[in-house]
Formats: sequence, structure tokens, C-alpha cells
Amino acid sequence: MIGPSVAWVATETSEEWLVALWRLLTLADYNSRVVILGTALLGCAAGVVGSFTLLRKRALVGDAISHAMLPGLGIAFLAATLSGGDGRSLPILLTGATISGLIGAAAILGLRSTWRLSEDAAFGIVLSVFFGAGVALLGVIQSLEAGHAAGLEGFIYGKTASLSWTDLMAIISAAAVALLLCAMYFKELALLCFDQAYAESQGYSKWWLDGLLMSLVVGIAITGMQAVGLILVIALLIIPAAAARFWTHRLSRQVLISAGIGMAGCFGGGMASALLPNLPAGAVIILACAILFLFSLMFGSAQGMVWRAIRRWQWQQIMLRQHLLRAVYEQAETKTSGPEIAGDFEVRIDVADLMISRSWSKPLLERLVDDAQREGLVTRIGFQVALSRSGWVQAKRLTHQHRLWEMYLITHADVALQQVDRLADDIEHVLEPSIIHELEQLVQGRTVEVAKSPHQLPEPS
Amino acid sequence: MGLDGWIWALDGWILVAAVLCAVSCSLLGNFLVLRGTSMLGDAISHAVLPGLAVAFWISGSRSGTGMFVAAVAAAVVTVFLIETLRRSAGVDRGASMGVVFTAMFALGMIMIVQVADHVDLDPNCVLYGSIELTPLDQWEIAGWLIPKAVVTLGVTLLLNGLFVALFYKELLLTTFDSDLADSMGFSSQVIHYGLMTLVAITAVASFESVGSVLVVAMMVVPPASALMMTDRLSGMLAWSAGLAALAAIMGHGSAIVVPSWFGMGSTLTSGMMAVSAGGILIVCGLVGSRRGLITRWVRQRAFAAQVAADDVLGFLFRLEERAKSTVLTTAATTGQKKSESITAQNPATAAQLSTNLGQSLPQCLRVLSGLVRRGEVEPSGSGYCLTSAGRRRAQLLVRSHRLWELYLVEQAQYEIDRIHEKAEAWEHVTDESMRESLDRATSQTALDPHGSQIPPEVERHNQ
Amino acid sequence: MVSDRPATSPHSASNPGDLGANRPMLSPLQVWDLTVAYQRTPVLWDVAFQVEPASLVAVVGPNGAGKSTLLRAILNLIPRTSGKIQIFGDEFSAQRRRVGYVPQRESVDWDFPVSVLDVVTMGLYREIGWLWPVRKQHRARAMEALNQVGIADLAHRQISHLSGGQQQRTFLARALAQNADLYLMDEPLAAVDAATELAIIQQLRAMKQQGKTCVVIHHDLQTVPEYFDSVLLLNMRVVASGPVAEVFTPENLQKTYGGRLTLLDEVSSAMRRQEKLL
Repeated sequence: MIGPSVAWVATETSEEWLVALWRLLTLADYNSRVVILGTALLGCAAGVVGSFTLLRKRALVGDAISHAMLPGLGIAFLAATLSGGDGRSLPILLTGATISGLIGAAAILGLRSTWRLSEDAAFGIVLSVFFGAGVALLGVIQSLEAGHAAGLEGFIYGKTASLSWTDLMAIISAAAVALLLCAMYFKELALLCFDQAYAESQGYSKWWLDGLLMSLVVGIAITGMQAVGLILVIALLIIPAAAARFWTHRLSRQVLISAGIGMAGCFGGGMASALLPNLPAGAVIILACAILFLFSLMFGSAQGMVWRAIRRWQWQQIMLRQHLLRAVYEQAETKTSGPEIAGDFEVRIDVADLMISRSWSKPLLERLVDDAQREGLVTRIGFQVALSRSGWVQAKRLTHQHRLWEMYLITHADVALQQVDRLADDIEHVLEPSIIHELEQLVQGRTVEVAKSPHQLPEPS
Repeated sequence: MGLDGWIWALDGWILVAAVLCAVSCSLLGNFLVLRGTSMLGDAISHAVLPGLAVAFWISGSRSGTGMFVAAVAAAVVTVFLIETLRRSAGVDRGASMGVVFTAMFALGMIMIVQVADHVDLDPNCVLYGSIELTPLDQWEIAGWLIPKAVVTLGVTLLLNGLFVALFYKELLLTTFDSDLADSMGFSSQVIHYGLMTLVAITAVASFESVGSVLVVAMMVVPPASALMMTDRLSGMLAWSAGLAALAAIMGHGSAIVVPSWFGMGSTLTSGMMAVSAGGILIVCGLVGSRRGLITRWVRQRAFAAQVAADDVLGFLFRLEERAKSTVLTTAATTGQKKSESITAQNPATAAQLSTNLGQSLPQCLRVLSGLVRRGEVEPSGSGYCLTSAGRRRAQLLVRSHRLWELYLVEQAQYEIDRIHEKAEAWEHVTDESMRESLDRATSQTALDPHGSQIPPEVERHNQ
Repeated sequence: MVSDRPATSPHSASNPGDLGANRPMLSPLQVWDLTVAYQRTPVLWDVAFQVEPASLVAVVGPNGAGKSTLLRAILNLIPRTSGKIQIFGDEFSAQRRRVGYVPQRESVDWDFPVSVLDVVTMGLYREIGWLWPVRKQHRARAMEALNQVGIADLAHRQISHLSGGQQQRTFLARALAQNADLYLMDEPLAAVDAATELAIIQQLRAMKQQGKTCVVIHHDLQTVPEYFDSVLLLNMRVVASGPVAEVFTPENLQKTYGGRLTLLDEVSSAMRRQEKLL
């Protein structure tokens, strides 16, 4: 428990409180130093391993495996006690839990491949059956010798982050091994996550790589569980990795960002719980990670919801503007005699004609015209509109670009799709000059024939 | 040893509660498994905590309907958050479950610490539940003393049964093909949330009385076992309900019996029920009619035996053919007319068969003795030859083989050196109607691409 | 037939007589400047076309050209950025009953525990309505539909036991049972053997005889002129559309698809060869 170590936080004067905060931030206090460093390291390693399990679409594997450790714990305790040893010896319990976690991992892989069960069903089965067995074993132990087993449940449910020096050492070594393995096999694990079939075709055994990943999860879970508790380990394996997805599309960055988020969440959570000693530290750390997740979800640079919403809105506005300018220009084109109309930009177009040229509603068209007028692109005269000089220039360019793009899509169907970006309307930035020249020729040859749309829009009802 | 400590007044009620819980969980669990959301029971079991805290904070007690409603509300919020993260933010389903339930659990922990001494509201109590205590908390209904848990779980089962029965068609459609469902106007979202609300109600009703281990187990394991047994949704529902009830009964029995084998007292029923469900899954996985390993192995063995027998018959048939053609040539040169009367018996020894078919000698002998027993092959001198029944079967095989070869060359533009292999594999599964279609699809020539005669179909009345 | 603003410009030449003012029947499907964008990049871009009643229309285009997105947008399964769609001169939601959908074969889990007959009966669910159970007469009609596509003997098989061609026939039978007037089909001819392809096409023609319209995503350019009345060449926007005879000039295709033509041809024949073996 962090609580007692920083109990002096609850002192009267704000000055002392500030001192306490300072001591905490500089990690001057031994206990909080151990706790915060330990959890932060664990968060870092879990973030890295969690990235791979997330991308392998097995985010919940940590949940299943850490629950699957309970029966091993019980059996180790029983075996040690019955053979006259100390059932509560940590190495024995850890060995038992690790073995049963590994068996659980193997069972997941086996259920998948032998019976074609879906991933989530395999997780659910292993989690519930193994955990059930553990519960039953603990029940036996309790009836065997009341009180003796009391610590065992706490072991698996370790609700508080009460880290000792040995725990910290264990975490440091486990995190180091996990990070080293991830670095060594980065390429192979990446391949496994992105394209398992291809990885196998390249001679990597799926079993070996999946086994490695599962073992990493077991390692993280076993180290973290007794130090910080089951739920916190599960959270650290999932939340940072899921949060990092909002910041990047590249695996190497994903892994780094996830590690950073895991570390930051643990650091911040650890600090907060030291300042609020009567709150369970594990829960505070989870919430800190969840807040980071929420922030990433909203503002992540790659997928953040806010940016996405803003971008979508912006692009909708730009698109609507383009539709209006193009519609006016094209109407103007039909009223004059061909492409050489540079001087006649003041052709007036009936709003009613515009209305039937696209599927816009009347209020939308009105709004677009008003907006464009405010920006000086068109002028409105009664029921008619005309392009201003700058509007004319813009509309002409847009329409030309549009036609080039169209021509490109038509003539270069096989390569076009990756390159088309509606907003990159400067076609010359995307395509080779030679291609643009070719497209220009094609467009020039055809723009003369301008006719009305093949089918009229239905009367607005 | 045995069920010494069995008391009907207690154990009977425990069993009833467990069976009710197991069946209602497994009914909904079928759809969770088929929709890829098997872990939802686990997620909900952790995520109800803030609901409990809020209810405790408001009512100040840890029992009653307030607790129930708040827990269900928390579960529904969880489901909604998971679905929202998945749909609007594109988070992987498993990850969104993990994020939501751990965060909810943490929130609940903190709230509980704030509102109550953890002695009063122990989260472990919620998670483990205690089915052993169900008979103690009773309600009097129409003069009968019935445990509360039995009543609530009975109502839950009724609710779930009605839901599945009434919306069977809609559940099937939205689970199988949600796009089609939406295009037809059956909103997959409506059904999804209906199902999820019931899952939440079931889970919460069960946590109270029997603990979460059992809920998670019964929502996944019996449906997965049922998948091994049947390939119909209705069958799956029936099997999973039956297996869940069985697991509950076995679990309670074994909780009393198994520890006594090791000279220990009884253990927790809910844990043993999950273990029994796991045991049932393994049994179904071995002998299940659909995906059972042993079933599959037996079928494979039977097919391999058939293929081996077919190969022997085909070889003997071809030997006879060759002998006949030699005799015919001889007959032609010597001016003999009645070719049908020529017997072309050409026995082959087991050793000969073994070298030609690539089977070991004992294997060959085993196949031959099987064929002799069935009267398709008879010993002749030092070797074996076909009986008339064996000849008929062999003739059909060779006909299938050569028709396939012809078909592959004529219709699928195969190179002639690649056709034998394919035909060899397919001749064993080709039935009369397929041969008919092959015959129709190929030109009416009597020779296969290698120039061998394609034998005619055996007349039905000959068989 | 499909008609459209031709490729060069949104408002350039077309055949003006084409169902403009005096249309004899309501068009089953009209689409105006439909734009669908997931992020910045559009998937469909100002797509406009119209389908004539009782016709077979092929939708052809390279991978990622937005063919499936087009069908899904028509069915309101995904939101559209702009544009207007009318089914028989009305909103989709009002005409739902008259529209049948045949999704891509890969879109469902073929391990799902249902029989072929169950799947085909799904086509009748809308008619049966919420809550009402499936009755004998519905199963009889589903059997009838299975009979029409020639796989009645497989009715009680579980669907994973079917070959690719039989799976497509199952979907087609479901569509038949649905008895709609406009069908939107996503690659019903993908990875089927020649016999199934022929059977499906014959079925489509029979449907056309009954006045039904089928809009079919098709992967094989070679067979378009043989099977379909009109074609919509789609590549994020409409490249060309109209009666097959007008659109499918060799030079048009050569220009449009360049090297793709031979590749598609190669792939489809490889598929066919593959499927024949099963």
C-alpha cells in the first residue's frame, strides 16, 4: 500500500503539502519511488507486448491467461503443503501459476486450431474453465486448513500496489527480458500480426511465434499480478496499446507510443494515488490510463475523433463549394459558345437552373450561394447568380481540374485509385507533367460537346 | 465416499438454482458465441461494480431491487460503450471490451472505497457469489418457501426463453447476415441491444446468487460444446441448454464427491460447475457428431479403408482387362469368335498388389481379407481374383476414373500427364448421378485420353 | 439500360431520348451525383446513372472501384456524403419490399449452423414480419426457389458443405424467394463453375422476362456482352455506361482498362478451372 508511506501528506498547512508534492515529484521518498518506477516499467513492457496482441486481434488474451493462472497457484500450494514444504513460498507459487498460464495459452491455440472455434470463444472457455478450477481448488484448500489459504486470493487479486524491493527487481528483469525479446523478434512479430499466412509462407512457424507472444503475455501477467493485481495487468496490456492506435498507423511508432502511454499512465496514476492515499492505487492507475485513452480517442493525430469530425466537416464544406462553383461555371458554359469564354464571366444563371443541375435541396443551395457571395465569389441578382472575377478564375480552374481527374480515372483505371485525393485539387502536384499534358489533350478534344443531363431530377416535393 | 452429505432441502434447491442459471445463460450464450462476443459475460461481471456502488450510495443497503436495477444499468452502459468504441472509433472488439470493463471496474473500486467500508461491499463477493447460500434466503410464495435465487433465476429463464422463441427468426437473420437484415428492415441494432440488455439482466441476476465464474462459463462453454454436436441453430440451442443443465448437476455432485477421493471436504460448487462444463466440452470435442476428433478420425479411417479396397479392386480389374485383351488378340489371330465366353481370370498375389499399390504387405493382406469377407474378392491359387460382385464395383470405379480423365482433358483443358492423379482422388467419391453428368458433359467416345476403354455403367438389375 | 452523363464531362453528350421526359414506366433505380467518402478520399464520386425496367445491368470496374460501396449506399447501409437515390421513383425506405440484396459470398460465415433451406427462407422474413414464426407454406416456397436454381436436393445440408457455386445458388434462391422487383447482386458469379454460371444467368434472364431488374457486380469483362443488356463501368465515378453494344466497343475497353483486360481474363479462367475440379 502506498498509503502509509506518504501518510504525512495529510498535513495541515499548504506549505507542507507543497513540500510533500515536491518530494513526490522528485521521487525523494523511497517507497513511492519503488512503486512508481515499478509500475511505470511494467506499464512500458505491457504496452509493448499489448501492441502485438492487439494487432494480432487478441487483445483479451491477457485477460484469459491471467485468469488461467489460478489453478496452478492452488496446485502449487497444495503440492508444497502436502509434501511438507512451505505452501506460501513465492517461487513455488509463481512456478505453479506460470505453468498453468502457459497451459492456458496452449489451450487457446489448441481450441482454435483443433475445433475451429473463434478466438473469443477460446478465450472465454479457457478463462472460465481454468478460473473455475482455481476457485474449486481454493475451496478445497480452505476446507483443508481454514485461514491458511487466506493470502492466496489476495495474491491473485492483489488490489493494491504494495511493491517491495524484490518486486521491483522482478519487474525490472521481466520488463528487460520482454523488451529485449520484442526488439529481437520485432520483424517476425510484425509479420505475424499483419499477415500470418505470409509469415508462414516465409518459413516462420505460426506456433513458434504465437507461442512466443503468449509466453510474453504470461511473463508480464505473472510479474505484474502479484505486484499490482490482476485487473491492472489486464488493463495495462490493453489500454495503452488501444490508445496508441489513434496516434499512428505504423507498427514501430505504435509500439513506442503504447509503451510511452503505459508508462505515463502508471507514472501519473502512481503520483495521484500517492497524493490521495485512501484510494486504491491500482484503480487510480487504470483510470489514469483510461483518461489517456480518452484523450487519444479524441485528439490522436492519426485517428482522433475530433480531428476526424473537423476534417469531415471541412471537406464537406469544400466539396459543396466546389459543386456550386462548378455548377455555375458549367451552366455559364452552356450559355456561351464554347471554351473561349474567358471574358464572359458575367453570364447570369437562373437559380432554378442550378437547382435542377444537382440533387441539392433548396435551403442548401440558398445557403451555399449566400456563403459564396459573402466571400465575393458570386453575386446574386434577384433569382439569378453570376460569378465574380475571382470566382470565375477559381471555378474555371476547379472545373478544369475536375475534368482532368475524371479523364485520368477513365484512362488510367488501373493505377488511378491510390492517387486520387479529392482535396489535392492541384493535379500537377500529384501527377507527372507528361500525363497531365496527355489528359489536357483529351479534355480539349471533347469539351465542345456540352449537353444536358440524361435524366431530370424529380420535382422537389 | 459418495454423496453422503447430500440433503435434499439444501442441495435440491442449489441444483435447481444452478440449472436455471446455467440454462438461461447458455441460451443467450449461443448468440454471443456466434456473434464473436463470447467475452461479454466476463466484461459485464467486472463492469457492474460502479452500478453497485451508486445503488449502495443511494439506498445505503446492499440488497434489493435498487442494486439489481443499477447493476443492469451499468451493464447496459458498458455494452453501449463497447459498441460505440467499436463502431465509431474503429477499435477492435476485444480491445474495446478490455478498455471499457477495466476502466469501469477501476471506477467502481474507487466509488466503493468512497461510499462504503469494503467490508460491507466486497467486490469479491460479487464475483464469486455463493451458490451454497441460496437455500437460506427464502421467499414465501403461495405457502411455499422458495429460495429467492430460484425465483429470480426462474423469471430470468422465462424471459430469455420467451425472447429466443419469439425473436428466433430475427436473431438468426441478424446474427447470420446483418447487412441483409438491415436492408430488409430488420434493424440489427435493435436486436443487438435487446439481446445485450437480456445478457445484462441474466448476468446480474446470476452474479447475485451463483457468482460470475458460472455466468462466464455457461455463456461460452455449453454453446461451444453444442457446436461440436450439431449444425443447426435450433439444435445448438437445445444441445447447449441440455449440456448446461448437465454441467450444473455434475458440477454440484463433483463438488461433494471429488474432494472426498482425496480425503478432503467439499469444495465450491460454482467452480466445479465450470470445470464440469469444460469436461463436457472435451467429451463433445472428441465424440461430437459434427467436429468431434474421434468422429472425424473414425470417418477418415473408414474412408482410407475404402480407398485402399477400391485401389485393390481397381488393380485387379485392370489386370483382368489386360489379360482379356491379350486373350482377345490371341482369339482374333486364332479365329475364335465368341469372345464373351473367354474367362480372363488373372489372379494377383498379395505381394504383387503390395508392390504395385505402394501399400505394405500386412496392410494389403488386411484389405484383402476384408474384401474376401465381403465376397468381392476370392482366393485363387496363390493369389486373389475378383468375384462378380467385386467386378461390378471395380467396373464402376474404373468408369468413374476414366470419365474424370476424359472430362479434365476435354472440359478443363488439363495436360494429359496431370489428369491421373486427380481422377485417382475423385473416383472414390463419384456416384452414379455424377457419372451420368460426366458422361453427358464429355464427348460420346468410348476411350479415355490414355486410349483405354471406358467401361459401361453397370445395369441396375444386375446389382 | 443504364444511361448516364458520359465520361468526359458531367454534362456532356448523351442520348437525350433516353427516358428523359416521357418515360413509360418508373425507373427501378435512379442515382444522382452520389458521393461517398470514408475519409478524405472519395470512394464514389459524383456517380449518376439510371436503370431501365426489366433489364440486366452489369457493374464492372477494377478492384476498389467502389462497386460494393455503390450497392451498399443504395441500400442505405452506409451514409452518403451527397447525392440522391430513388427506387421506383421513391425513397428506399418506402420501397424496401421491392428490393432484394445478394451480398458477397465472403460476407457471411459459412460455418454458421444453418441449413440451406434456412438460408433461403430468410428471403421471406420481411413478408412473414416481426415475431411471426416461419410456417410450412414458407418452407414450401423456399423449396420451390431451391428447385428453380437446381439444388433442391441439398436443402437440408449445412451450408459449409456446399461448393462455391452451390453457395451462390443458395443466395440466388434466397433472392428469388424474396420476390423483389429490383435486385442488387454483389458478385454472384465470382468463383463459380461454368455450369453454375450458366444456370445463374439463365435464372437472371427468366427474372428479366418477369419484368424484374437485376444490377449485378460482375468481374469478368469478357462475358458482359453475352450476359447483360447494359453496363456501368465504374472507377470511383462512372467511366462509361449504357447499352452493352454502345459502351462495349473494343477501343473503349482497351483504353479504359489497358492491361487489366488480359489479367482479368486470365484470373477468371483460372478461377473457372479451379472450380471445375471440385
